[in-house]
Amino acid sequence: MPKYKYLGKATQKVDALERVTGKAAFGADIHLPGMLHGKVLRSPHPHAIIKAIDYGMALKLEGVKAVVTSKDLPSLEDARASFGGEVSIDQEHLRKLFLAHDKVLFEGHPIAAVAATSLEIAEQALELIKVEYEVLPPVEDAFKAMQPNAPLLHPYLYPKTLGQKPKNPGNVATIMFHERGDAEKGFAEADVVVEESFETAMVHQVYIEPQVDAAQVEEDGKVTLWTANQGIFNVQSQLSSILNIPLGSINVVPMEIGGGFGGKIITYVESLTIMLSQKAGRPVKMVMSREEVFKATGPGSPGYFTIKVGAKKNGKITAAYIKMIHDCGAFPGGPTPMASLVSFGPYNIPSIKVDGYDVVTNKPRVQAYRAPGGTPVNFSVESTMNVLADKLGVDPLKFRMQNYAKEGDYMVNDQRYNRIGVKAVLDRVVSSSHWNTPWEGPNRGRGMALGFWIGAAGTSSALVLINSDGSATGVSGQVDLTGTRTSTQQIIAEELQMPLEKVNVKVGDTDSTPYTMGSFGSRTTYSFGTAVYRASRDALAQMKARAATQLKVNPEDVEYAEGRFWSKKDPEKAVSWNEVARSTITRGEGVVTGRGTVTGLGHAPEFTAQIADVEVDPETGKVYVKRFTAIQDAGLAINPMQVEGQIQGGVTQGIGWGMSEYYYYDKGKLRNASFLDYRMPTSLDVPMIDIEIVEVPASEGPYGVRGVGEVSIVPPPAAIAEAIYRATGVRMNKLPMTPEAVLWAIKTKDKEREPVAANGDS
Amino acid sequence: MAKIPLVFKVNGEQQEILVQPYQTLLSALRDELRLTGTKEGCSNGNCGACTVIVNGRTADSCLVLAAEANGAEVTTVEGLSQNGQLHPVQKAFMKYGALQCGFCTPGFLLSAKYLLDSNPNPTEHEIRLAIAGNLCRCTGYDKIVRAIQAVAQAEV
Repeated sequence: MPKYKYLGKATQKVDALERVTGKAAFGADIHLPGMLHGKVLRSPHPHAIIKAIDYGMALKLEGVKAVVTSKDLPSLEDARASFGGEVSIDQEHLRKLFLAHDKVLFEGHPIAAVAATSLEIAEQALELIKVEYEVLPPVEDAFKAMQPNAPLLHPYLYPKTLGQKPKNPGNVATIMFHERGDAEKGFAEADVVVEESFETAMVHQVYIEPQVDAAQVEEDGKVTLWTANQGIFNVQSQLSSILNIPLGSINVVPMEIGGGFGGKIITYVESLTIMLSQKAGRPVKMVMSREEVFKATGPGSPGYFTIKVGAKKNGKITAAYIKMIHDCGAFPGGPTPMASLVSFGPYNIPSIKVDGYDVVTNKPRVQAYRAPGGTPVNFSVESTMNVLADKLGVDPLKFRMQNYAKEGDYMVNDQRYNRIGVKAVLDRVVSSSHWNTPWEGPNRGRGMALGFWIGAAGTSSALVLINSDGSATGVSGQVDLTGTRTSTQQIIAEELQMPLEKVNVKVGDTDSTPYTMGSFGSRTTYSFGTAVYRASRDALAQMKARAATQLKVNPEDVEYAEGRFWSKKDPEKAVSWNEVARSTITRGEGVVTGRGTVTGLGHAPEFTAQIADVEVDPETGKVYVKRFTAIQDAGLAINPMQVEGQIQGGVTQGIGWGMSEYYYYDKGKLRNASFLDYRMPTSLDVPMIDIEIVEVPASEGPYGVRGVGEVSIVPPPAAIAEAIYRATGVRMNKLPMTPEAVLWAIKTKDKEREPVAANGDS
Repeated sequence: MAKIPLVFKVNGEQQEILVQPYQTLLSALRDELRLTGTKEGCSNGNCGACTVIVNGRTADSCLVLAAEANGAEVTTVEGLSQNGQLHPVQKAFMKYGALQCGFCTPGFLLSAKYLLDSNPNPTEHEIRLAIAGNLCRCTGYDKIVRAIQAVAQAEV
């Protein structure tokens, strides 16, 4: 007998029909009576002082209804809040990010916004706004930012550090030191020590739907905001805080969201739209262009790494060291803490040492991008592990089999792992058909890499309503990025033992649903799924109590299965679920609303092993990924089809990160802000992505579920780099591994290796 | 500039509207006819989210001026299902999990329909080529390709 009736099944996506018929309402599909169109004036300079803004001419243009600048911002009483989950930003910086105050800090930084009766008039009005700038030299990359005489972005910025604070302000936002054990001693004990340096590029999440929202501010100040963000309560608290509007006066309505991947957690145009609506007294809609999305939302951080790892001749790692520098763009808050956790995460290493720096530069302020900070550091560490394995003369899989982390071992942050599946994914590599099918011939190579992501939990809430016909409705404010409704339906059907067709799922707004954190950090199915489970159990318990009243027995004597309640003592005494449901609207204890909420579940770490087969064209340097397998521990895959799809998407993003995607900056200006020049993978750039799901139950949560959304993006570049090495004999230490880069590496293979360039350009 | 009349057939229905000379077909469909199933992802013909079928061939509707569509027959995602019956590509995308966020889905559906209308038995490479102008960031394309294969093999 299978353990579950509805879990572990590839049921059809609840919201698929509206998506294949064009009926799903995304943010840009909103149309309100009397609606104005907003547009943002953005800085052409990456670094400048704003001397004066004159928008008098713009206001005179027929059809222009409002112009806002930082002068329109309300004052703040409490300036301590911070937002954004894994790559958080504080209140003051979020205000300066969505609207420049006295200084512009990146190309595309908003200066002013206009609302007009048409988009064309709003665009014309932007041209009539005169801005006087004092242009400053841009701080182009993290290394230049750290030089003693570098121009300062923020004259007040001192690094966050547990160590001694520097005497003078600088561009370093965070300094992180950590050591466990004695790394120097560990390296001294090692028979082989390798040290490698790496560099990765700034990349974008590339959700296909640009940021979009619409705001309507009433005469009494109440705000309704329609937006496509990953969390509605997240948006509500950001806007309340930075615009000084009472939280309860903002109703955030979730529109369908066309991809987020971490990039739609921080708000950008929402505040401007509300300010425009406040001033114009009419609803305003704002849609970002693709160029604006590239230049002025939150890409993933570029990283620079030096890794040192030592091991005994028998293959056991004795010590590891990592130095990492993350460029976090214009404001503090980069992925260094998360990256340090990912770095040596898959391994059990007696002594480790970490030096980390988050540095500000004149680039857009970074945001989370799927396992934020994970991919660059994993590329660096896994590549170093492969160099070490090579030096030791063992194959990469065997080397990992000797050093993997298990339950009870330390994470980099000195906490201990609960139940984890590193060994399980490695065992699956050993038995997989991919690993056991030879991939031989000239210019061909196979690589593998491990990946780790800790995953978040947080606070979640859900309601389960029992309708008078016995059907159920799951209600929450949990934004459905890509399958939450579907897993919610499955969990409710499982717990209430009713067919899927009888379970509806509704995602509501902040006015009508209980607080739940946003859909990010691999937390949704794990934590929100727990809330849905609890709400279902609560609904069932209430239904049992009502059945007990009707059966005239004690509630603890009531049994339930498949739509029928009966007395344990007298099984003949029975009443149907539907009868009890029908009675709730007329008598007894009334209507049943199951409530579920959860805070503070422990971590449910995600591990994956990925295998890549490549063929390299030695004439052009072009790398063809011919076969790819991702083996991932999902704890329990509530919907294997959705889990596979999510992993395939993450892998493809990882392939793009590894091979073709990068921000090309020239003197602080982005030169490739379009899909034509920023090359994300197309259908022709990737093979079928084979998925093998491994299920090692998580230590906490109802079904042993782990989040699956993020870790899949972590190891592709490392796996592909190793495959390129096996195919060509060259090690690629810089991302992306474009044909030019690979060709150059092949051509210079026998010469001394070029040092990694330090400017982030390719 | 004065608006100009546009007379065309959309999903089999005659439409007569006024459009700006600079207005795109995408904008005419979305903003004038409120057929918002067709999506805008980049506005310059790179992402394919705005794919529609114009006179039997796929086109990025953000690159077509509305006025150019005068007299044309246009099919959008809203016109795929007929007489209450979903088109086989719609059924296959649902059954095989070929969509996640769904924003790019309308464009893929129309590219897939065009491919299968002109080549009922495409190879995997021909499928990948036919949808190479449609960007998807959620799926990695795997399940989209399989869904189109399933339609070709009548497994829907």
